[in-house]
Amino acid sequence: MDKLSLADKTQRPKAINASEIQSSGYTINRRNFFKLLGGGVAIALTHSYVYAWQELGQSMGSALPDEESIAAWIHILEDGSISVFTGKVEVGQNIRTSLAQLVAEELAVPLPRITMTMGDTLLCPYDQGTYGSRTTPYMGPKLRKAAASLKEALVEMAATQWKIPKESVQAKDGQLIHSGSGQALDYGEITKGKKILLPVNDQAALTPPQQWTIAGTSVPKTNGRDFVSGKHQYVSDMELPDMVYGKILRAPSYGASLVSAAIEKAQVSANVTVVQEEGFIGVTAPDPQTAANALAKIDAQWHAAPQPAKAEIFTYLKENSRQNNNEDPAQAEARKAFEASTIRLEQRVEVQYIAHVPLEPRAAVATWGDGQLTVWTGTQRPFGVQEELAEAFSVPKSSIRVFMPDTGSAYGGKHSGEAALEAARLAKAVGKPVKVVWTREEEFKWAYFRPAGLIEMAAAVDDDGLISSWEFHNYNSGGAGIDLPYEASVKHIQFHPSRTPLKQGSYRALASTANIFAIESMMDDLARQLKQNPLDFRLANLKDERLKGVLKAAAGKFGWEKEKVADHGYGIACGFVKNSYIATCVEVAYNRSSEQLSVLRIVAAFDCGAIVNPLHLENQVMGCVLQGLGGALFEEVDFKDGRILNPSLSSYRVPRFADIPPLDIVLLDRKDIPSAGAGETPIVGIAPAIRNAIADATGVKLSSLPLIPQGLKLTN
Amino acid sequence: MKIHVNGSEYSLNVPDNTSLLDALRVHLKLTGSKYGCGEGMCGSCKVLIDGHAMPSCITPVASVQNKEIITIEGLEKEGQLHPVQQAFLDEDAFQCAYCSSGMIISAVALKARNPKPTRQEIIDAMQGNVCRCCVYPRIMKAISKV
Repeated sequence: MDKLSLADKTQRPKAINASEIQSSGYTINRRNFFKLLGGGVAIALTHSYVYAWQELGQSMGSALPDEESIAAWIHILEDGSISVFTGKVEVGQNIRTSLAQLVAEELAVPLPRITMTMGDTLLCPYDQGTYGSRTTPYMGPKLRKAAASLKEALVEMAATQWKIPKESVQAKDGQLIHSGSGQALDYGEITKGKKILLPVNDQAALTPPQQWTIAGTSVPKTNGRDFVSGKHQYVSDMELPDMVYGKILRAPSYGASLVSAAIEKAQVSANVTVVQEEGFIGVTAPDPQTAANALAKIDAQWHAAPQPAKAEIFTYLKENSRQNNNEDPAQAEARKAFEASTIRLEQRVEVQYIAHVPLEPRAAVATWGDGQLTVWTGTQRPFGVQEELAEAFSVPKSSIRVFMPDTGSAYGGKHSGEAALEAARLAKAVGKPVKVVWTREEEFKWAYFRPAGLIEMAAAVDDDGLISSWEFHNYNSGGAGIDLPYEASVKHIQFHPSRTPLKQGSYRALASTANIFAIESMMDDLARQLKQNPLDFRLANLKDERLKGVLKAAAGKFGWEKEKVADHGYGIACGFVKNSYIATCVEVAYNRSSEQLSVLRIVAAFDCGAIVNPLHLENQVMGCVLQGLGGALFEEVDFKDGRILNPSLSSYRVPRFADIPPLDIVLLDRKDIPSAGAGETPIVGIAPAIRNAIADATGVKLSSLPLIPQGLKLTN
Repeated sequence: MKIHVNGSEYSLNVPDNTSLLDALRVHLKLTGSKYGCGEGMCGSCKVLIDGHAMPSCITPVASVQNKEIITIEGLEKEGQLHPVQQAFLDEDAFQCAYCSSGMIISAVALKARNPKPTRQEIIDAMQGNVCRCCVYPRIMKAISKV
């Protein structure tokens, strides 16, 4: 473990010697907490049954509801430093910074005193995973409560020591101050010699956001210097003594089965090992190039299976969707209202599969020793990967430690543990630590995509310009964001799950992007048919004050009422996901002679309640909007016969510097509203805003994502 | 073979087809340069070769034996960050930061040949670097203020 102990303590698990790990059976519990981590005072943010789980050293499984499963430890060491242990992970969203800010605020300590230990299944309590914008709204308040409880306990300890009422003790800057004498005790001094584990006091008072001094401020990334200096070790940078590199033989297409493989030629030298187990073939070698050279020598025969192509995907998704035989009465009612209306529209929207393209591909380092498996991997679900490994190798979870150092992004694309399984499998077979880093091509072909989807909808408005009928069907892409944020007399909204030819999974905002694209396209077209201003039409059909708030903020900053130049268009769109709200305005220009469409500028207004870190929130909104630009304009996965046809960055286009228009971000700091997550919602407004701007500039009403992968031609 | 990296000479014994990136990361343990695409399209692996920012993933190590190579690890001098590194840090010009070393290398090369680049010159010089977290405006700002 020498190599690993070189690393920053904020990135690596605390060095624990092997005998201690064995005695604890790889599961931390109350008995060994202080033995492993040193004395002091700790607070356990758990529910009673989580305690029981910890005590028994048993697995809790993943069946608990989100809020109930939130757990964390905060530990004040005898030297006064503070460790926070959470199963949440850092993928660039900067929760290592924001959660520390919340703890520092409630515990009344300077921020640098806090060390976050994240995503380590040994040291951190169980966590379902870092996804779904759940960290800020669920983990944030619970950590605040735990920190506030801990502060109150320290105050009581000082009061007891000084034999004064607790009201005469103030906690400030990591010190307890005797208000009479001015005497001060550092948190570390009062915890010295103690081994106290406290439960959270639900009555502990929280600091309201209006009074925040550490939370609510633009603290830079806590470990930023390690990143700009190249010192931070991502999993793909790690190395263990005696480690070898693994490469895996992949099928040429989805659904293909291995007929035969001649592996002898791959055995190029004594330090190359070919591992063949059932359908799995992998190679290990002392360096990745030797492993790749050896793998290329394997002569494998495959039997291909027929697979649908991109050209037929939307027919396929509809034909293979789950049919509902019992017609919902609301559907008939919506139909009837639609037929009775004179102002009505039907639309069909198609959304292609897109790829996450995390810049650090899947990576894992695995090592076995004395029946214990340790894996470092980039994943949003370290405890989920621990479960996958336990199942794959038939070992108890208590014998498996999964750890995730801050990773090279995910965007919902790293829920799974493929590289971890492969590295562990090879490590077991060769008896050495193994590192597996996927190539970009593997990442494109063997990870998973944001689902493709087909949306069919019909809507009508009455003579007052209010929505009188709304019917909406989403095939395959998902139910997130499917609800209509506008008022409607009758509505029928349905998600139809389907079979998918490509592996699909989570993505930033999931199906909200597709659903809100469809909703906001329809809203614009209805407004156009009514000859109403699209902003006014939205506001007239909305009751939600927060959504109205971001719409007005974005339109105001954008100058929605300003005159347009010829062939320029304005577009607006809004939506909300998981208690945060976005409105986006876009100006485009279409050059008719060169047939060039340009996005000239973007304004995004965002409200996620009380802002924890304005700087990092702006980065989240910026990243979300501009990443969304790719899916809006040109990103799409091409496939045929079970093969991905554009599995590279030269063939799959992502946004680059030249694609980025000026972007104004308006952050509405609602200190009266609990903080929500920000990593998803801002992505949903950009595609419909561009689509609506294109319609405004050219009259062309696009109905598929991406909008203009081949550019926009008005003439044939 | 011998290569010169960050002011030191190294002797290497590497298999055929070894890229400069693998030579740096695997053989010299300089892991600050990152693998992102393997085809010179993302810029994460960029290093300075005789002052030019080049993708090390498609550069055979055998081809740079008489060149001076500077990696992200070589920019920091006596504990002082290079002004471009400092600007990235000051601006928080990253999210996951996996692209940062390549971004910084490209920006260092740009600034060396053109100390006051225009906005368009920055875009042209940085077009080969992908920030998948897409905080491009923040990166533009960091480069502009150096």
